Amino acid sequence: MDVRGGLRLEGLVKRFDDVVAVAGVDLELPPGKLISFLGPSGCGKTTMLRMIAGLEHPTEGRIFLDDDDITDRPAYRRDIGMVFQSLALFPHLNVAGNIGYGLRIRGAEKDRMASRVRELLDLVSLEGLGDRRIQQLSGGQRQRVATARALALEPRLFLLDEPLSALDANLREQLQVELRLLQQQLGISTIIVTHDQREAMTMSDLVVVMNAGRIEQVGPPLEVYRRPGSPFVAGFIGRTNLLVGEAAGDGSIDIAGHPFDVTGGADTSGEVTVSVRPEAAQLVADAMPGRNSLPGTVVFVRDLGELFECFVDCGVGEHVIVAGSPRDWVPVQQGAEVAVLFPAEACVVVTS
Amino acid sequence: MSVREKPSGRTLGVLAFPVGMLVVFFLIPFGIMVATSFYHRVPGAFYTPAFELANWQRLFQPVFLERALFSIWICLLAGVVCITIAFPFTYFLTRMRRRAHVALLIVVLSALSLSEVIVAFTWYILLGRASGVSNILVWLGLMNQPTAYQPSFEAVLLGLCYIAFPYCILTLYPQLTRLDPEITEAAQTLGASPWRTFWTVVVPIARPIVMAGFLLVFVFTLGSYLIADFLGRPEHWTLSVFIANQASANANVPFAATMAIFLTLLSLIVVAFVGLIESRTRRLM
Repeated sequence: MDVRGGLRLEGLVKRFDDVVAVAGVDLELPPGKLISFLGPSGCGKTTMLRMIAGLEHPTEGRIFLDDDDITDRPAYRRDIGMVFQSLALFPHLNVAGNIGYGLRIRGAEKDRMASRVRELLDLVSLEGLGDRRIQQLSGGQRQRVATARALALEPRLFLLDEPLSALDANLREQLQVELRLLQQQLGISTIIVTHDQREAMTMSDLVVVMNAGRIEQVGPPLEVYRRPGSPFVAGFIGRTNLLVGEAAGDGSIDIAGHPFDVTGGADTSGEVTVSVRPEAAQLVADAMPGRNSLPGTVVFVRDLGELFECFVDCGVGEHVIVAGSPRDWVPVQQGAEVAVLFPAEACVVVTS
Repeated sequence: MSVREKPSGRTLGVLAFPVGMLVVFFLIPFGIMVATSFYHRVPGAFYTPAFELANWQRLFQPVFLERALFSIWICLLAGVVCITIAFPFTYFLTRMRRRAHVALLIVVLSALSLSEVIVAFTWYILLGRASGVSNILVWLGLMNQPTAYQPSFEAVLLGLCYIAFPYCILTLYPQLTRLDPEITEAAQTLGASPWRTFWTVVVPIARPIVMAGFLLVFVFTLGSYLIADFLGRPEHWTLSVFIANQASANANVPFAATMAIFLTLLSLIVVAFVGLIESRTRRLM
């Protein structure tokens, strides 16, 4: 399939009366990729998606799809497929009627329509269920019908608005993988809105992290996870330990009176925040901290089976969380005096 | 659980009230009416209990059958007109901003506080020559002299639609409010213009409730007699006008009862027929 569906947003703003939903977004998204808009509820990610779909008109700014300005084009002439949060299946039509709706509107011939519907039913593994009523389907099947319906017209852009939020956790994970494989198979440009960072990490080529109507960071999932650009991103994409310190300007930082080295990002001086993921921090049994470590008292220990977690009070505000796999875990007791080591390569400066 | 529980004393107690109301206020009066339709009318006086078929034989005169058909025709027409206006009206009402939405709804529903007498009188004046709307057209220079729009068929139809309109909206409103806006949006992302969305998605989904609203208007207007009496000539009178005239002016209660039962049966047949068409077409979809 040819690569199409490159999207460019320029100075996009959306206000509802006094509420600013999207506060100025510039973004260029490459075609053929799966991109997720990730953020807490109310961050403007759904409004962005709805503006791209043509269901909301931006207050300011332009939207370009493959360099065509589509800002003023109504939704029904945008060549976009969308899966809605409620799925929005048509209750008066059966499965085939739902999937074939777009073709019917375009005036496709009966035969071509029937064969295309069969093709799509195969694509989403619903072979032979074309005659079922929507009310007879399970949640996962409905999700697949909504996907097939949105893809029926081979749109330039495939949009999904929290499409899996109504499903239970196991099914959700399974469908995340399925949707991702389907997107890779078709090579279709896709944007998915989600508030679930695991979902974004599982599926995306590129994550756009949003907060309060603005973009916080854009990057591949692992890069966003490992090198968060702001304390918000660090806290929203997984858990993190945020340590506030004083940068000397020569690459070393003083945190609560203990010297720290960080790799990159500390060439400025003044107050900085350092983010360290729980699984990158390590417990050291003796309470004599060296460089890059803090002394502390173990407050709470929990073994989750797949994960072992230890909460340590290091006297730096919130408890420091240290996590690891139970296999290489040093047993510690609640109340033990320990030191927590934050390796230099795991320390990311998130503000300067 | 598929085992049907035995109704407890409590359930029966709860049911007793509505069933009792139904018996006292519907079944018993209807029974009295059926009995009355066989009573003997005493000219110049009232009626005496009897069992005679005179009233029923009189019913099958062409004039009454023709009136019955006319009643059904004009009330079905009122149903069509009401639904045609009320459905898009209610649909766009539910898609308005909350404040405008509530304000309009209050205006429409306040019309419910007007009795049929007031509605009939008001339209009688508005459509009349002396102080009706045509005077405004004359004042604006659009007409040379005022004219009367009643009595006429259109005036009767207008009056019937006017009294039934708020009820029609009340029937449509709950379901149209619950219609998920994402469903119409989904149709649009699939290439349907707002107009095609309305016809291919909104109308088919709302069809059962449209049918219900239509039947409500039909049955409701079939029972109205003041409108046709005030705004129509005798040839625009519905069977209800004749029933009222027989009962009050002619004091012929047995024959009025006969016609009332006849009208009830006719409307039952029409309702059953429409319901049958509805379930047929739904199965075909």
